[in-house]
Amino acid sequence: MSSEARVNIAIDARGVARRFGARWVLRGVDVQVHPGEMVGLLGANGSGKSTLLRILATLLKPSAGSALVYGHDVVKVPDDVRRHIGFLAHSPGLYDDLTARENLQFAASMLGLEAPNLDAALERVGLSHVRNERVRGFSAGMQRRLSLARLVLANARVLLLDEPYSNLDVAGIALMNELIGESVAGGGAALVVLHELAPSAGLLDRTITIRDGRIVGDDDAFLEPDALAAAGER
Amino acid sequence: MTAPSATTDLPRPGYWPWFGAFAYLFLIGAQVMGLVTSVPDRDMGHLQKIMYVHVPAAWIMSLTFAVVLWYSFLYLWKQRENDDLKAAAAAEVGSAFCGLTLVLGMIWGRPAWGVWWTWDARLTSTLVLFLIFVGYLALRAFVEDPHRRAQWSAAVGIMGAINVPIVYMSVRWWRTLHQVQSSPATVDPWYVINLRANAFAFLFVMIYFIRQRYVASRFERAAELAAQAVALGRN
Amino acid sequence: MAWKDDWRRVRAIVWKDLTTEGRSKAGFNSVAALGVTILVLFGFALGPDTQALRDAASGALWLAVLFAGVLAFNRSYQVELESGALEPLLLYPGARWTIFAGKLLANTIFVGLMLVIVVLVGIVLFQVNIPDAWPKLVAVLALGSIGLVSLGTFYAAMASRSRAREVLLPLLLFPMLVPVLLAAMSASKALLSGDMMHEAGAWMNMLVAYDVIFVVAPLLAFEHVIEV
Repeated sequence: MSSEARVNIAIDARGVARRFGARWVLRGVDVQVHPGEMVGLLGANGSGKSTLLRILATLLKPSAGSALVYGHDVVKVPDDVRRHIGFLAHSPGLYDDLTARENLQFAASMLGLEAPNLDAALERVGLSHVRNERVRGFSAGMQRRLSLARLVLANARVLLLDEPYSNLDVAGIALMNELIGESVAGGGAALVVLHELAPSAGLLDRTITIRDGRIVGDDDAFLEPDALAAAGER
Repeated sequence: MTAPSATTDLPRPGYWPWFGAFAYLFLIGAQVMGLVTSVPDRDMGHLQKIMYVHVPAAWIMSLTFAVVLWYSFLYLWKQRENDDLKAAAAAEVGSAFCGLTLVLGMIWGRPAWGVWWTWDARLTSTLVLFLIFVGYLALRAFVEDPHRRAQWSAAVGIMGAINVPIVYMSVRWWRTLHQVQSSPATVDPWYVINLRANAFAFLFVMIYFIRQRYVASRFERAAELAAQAVALGRN
Repeated sequence: MAWKDDWRRVRAIVWKDLTTEGRSKAGFNSVAALGVTILVLFGFALGPDTQALRDAASGALWLAVLFAGVLAFNRSYQVELESGALEPLLLYPGARWTIFAGKLLANTIFVGLMLVIVVLVGIVLFQVNIPDAWPKLVAVLALGSIGLVSLGTFYAAMASRSRAREVLLPLLLFPMLVPVLLAAMSASKALLSGDMMHEAGAWMNMLVAYDVIFVVAPLLAFEHVIEV
């Protein structure tokens, strides 16, 4: 494939492998996600899903293989990759002693935003009423919503989401789906680690299943949630 | 990134065993020459001969710092794992020479100054450098991920090497601003010749040691890479 | 403007570190209390003789600052590691040296405030006569703490994320700080006793040189250390 063609792929991972000490968590994974696609990443605990996501987010370097985000190599030009991605990790990554608004203010400064609309972002995730309260007192779901607000500010093209629905209530899940939907519809892409398919049913274009660091299934057709849940646990 | 093919180009012994034998023989020869040729020092007697090993050990130790600096830079620049292994090998050999310098200095100091330790500028700065080496090796021991270990120890190695002249200068000032340090001038030509012969002997031994330590770590890595090949199903 | 963005990031880090530190005052209070406690212990070790106390004052003071300060450096990264905030921090696009610069400034202010408390207590406990050249003494305190904080902040970036961080940081840091400690102790001691030999100036030059080298080198190397 020509390099020009690879620029038009949102995520293009080839033979990505990663080990921690002597243990191989990823053993050569190929993943392509095209603009406008939302792809689910399935697999049992410890199968390497999160590791793959973190490599694509430039947080880990692959031990072997290469990965591009819109043609930018995650190892060679990580800063270019960072301008394109929005990453949502397991942990909220917030400062407990800052208020919700201060956390967003900090994120906006670090993102280099001249005039960020913090209140709009807070409104969007439904945290306006607690904007001046410290994050320490927030529930896990509220913290996740605040992380989402940070994602809204960043306005990234490629979303890398690690179990985004955990701790969210029904309204939160709907909000998450709305944000993913907007991003994908606008020519972006999303790679989402999932434990269960129900929350994102109807949005997913395709699912990839990882087992023991290798891809065991790449399904174009949408599968029934029950079948996929079974695939994840197999 | 590490290419799995690295397993195929392990370092070969080549002429290195011969070089090793030569280094050891040279070292023995230099010692024999030192004992036979030099007359007992007027003040120090036979004790003076410790200088034949103490001074070269100190010189070679400084040289290994330069080697660590060089390979640390090379690693950060080229990101080749072998450079990290070379820097680590040099640091281990360097700390051995550093320890040797200290022990020999103390053995000399006991009869010469009447104490095992004195806050002499050179001895003190050597001790500080030894501690910096220890920190470097401790860091390597406490970090498991090879990439992170290489990256961090390169940074620590460079910082340490930059600090070497500053440490030496500060300790010397600290001493000389309080008391003038006496350095007896020895003019015996055999003394100079023996010092140089021993310096070369130590240099050869150092090169051989670093090489052997490097080869050992390459084999360790090769074993890990072989495990990788199996894990990836590419054997 | 790239430098404007960089400066905005530096300011954001300083503001964030100091705000979180200020809201959980326990951190600063306990570090400062530790500094004072170490001074008191030095007083016991050196005996009640006034002249002995005065002679040892500068050494005791700097060691108290060093031992208490070393706790501050790991804390500075602890805030990031606690709730996984380091990852988002690394994911913001832009130069990573700004993170170091921000933490360096914040830690300098933190250690500086602690230094004020420790010095004031030290002057009383060690019965120090304040010399006429006290502005120079303030300059020595500032220069010394910059060198201390810069390398401390740099090494804590590694030590705080390794096993055995409590022992690794002092093990890496203290030998590296020998020049700055010697220079700061000697300069303050000379100034306290009237600087008869005019040696304080030479030590201050060395402090400036050390600070320049060990602020610039970590700024350049930080990217390599924080990314892995």
